[in-house]
Amino acid sequence: MRWMWIDKVVAYEPNRRLVAVKGVSLSEEHLHAHFAAEGALPACPVMPNSLILEGMAQTAGILVGSVHGFREKVVLAKVASAVIERDVNPGETIRYDATIERMDESGASTVGTIERFSFVDNAWAPVGRIEMMFSHLDQNRAGTEFPEENFVFGENFRTLLSGLGAIAPGAKSPH
Amino acid sequence: MESTMAKSREEIEADVRDVLVDALGVDEDDVVPTATLKGDLGAESIDYLDIVFRLEKKFSTPEKPFKIAQGELFPENLMTDPSLVEGGKVTAKGIALLKERVPHVELGSFEQDPQVTKLSGLFTVKSLCDFVQRKLG
Repeated sequence: MRWMWIDKVVAYEPNRRLVAVKGVSLSEEHLHAHFAAEGALPACPVMPNSLILEGMAQTAGILVGSVHGFREKVVLAKVASAVIERDVNPGETIRYDATIERMDESGASTVGTIERFSFVDNAWAPVGRIEMMFSHLDQNRAGTEFPEENFVFGENFRTLLSGLGAIAPGAKSPH
Repeated sequence: MESTMAKSREEIEADVRDVLVDALGVDEDDVVPTATLKGDLGAESIDYLDIVFRLEKKFSTPEKPFKIAQGELFPENLMTDPSLVEGGKVTAKGIALLKERVPHVELGSFEQDPQVTKLSGLFTVKSLCDFVQRKLG
């Protein structure tokens, strides 16, 4: 699976809420550059906030896409607000908890909280909160046309939901 | 969700200002009645949907949901209907439809040179307040 920034869907309430987790591992190469040792400063591997945003976009995007059985091409159109107040380090788990606030034919707004689990503290702690807007490409207000094939939701995303038992494993892709 | 008491014009203006500050990330002081959403406040296409959702949330009460139908506030479908736009200009039929469907938008000099690309520039903060006030009754 490429470019997947969530490992598993752990809770799914159709049309309303989806929760996903990701384990952060030092085997992820990007952590060695973010941030590498420099001079007297030791290396400081931290999950990049941009990828935390991507994780939330995937969590909330799957939720929004599932409302219409993945027939709509759902794309992230706007990060309305993003507040990330705590680092996430290797060995910790991120939990994305996304909820649909509003939805109509042309798109949806979501709000999501982010937490991390530290095995040192043996506790979850808040990391941040992100509000997003998703657009249904074929219903876009500019009237622009896109290919019929649904290039947004491949098998990767469906596998995550089928792993939870939310959709039948091996079910035909809707496109 | 807020109280069920009827809102005054001042309260509506304050709530609309809150919505635009949150949706567009603009300074409160920039949200004046004559400011256009696109030109002055920098709204892009997805922002219009964001504004619709935030207005719905702001003005809904447990007793009376404030639901905005597609095209009720922003006439986005106008662009794609050939009987309403000809050669990049809104037709007489289109102008009549605008007056009927979006009376909160003051057309002003737009009627003399009704280029469809200028349509989104007509939406001001006042347009939104007028829309909300009319819809709340």
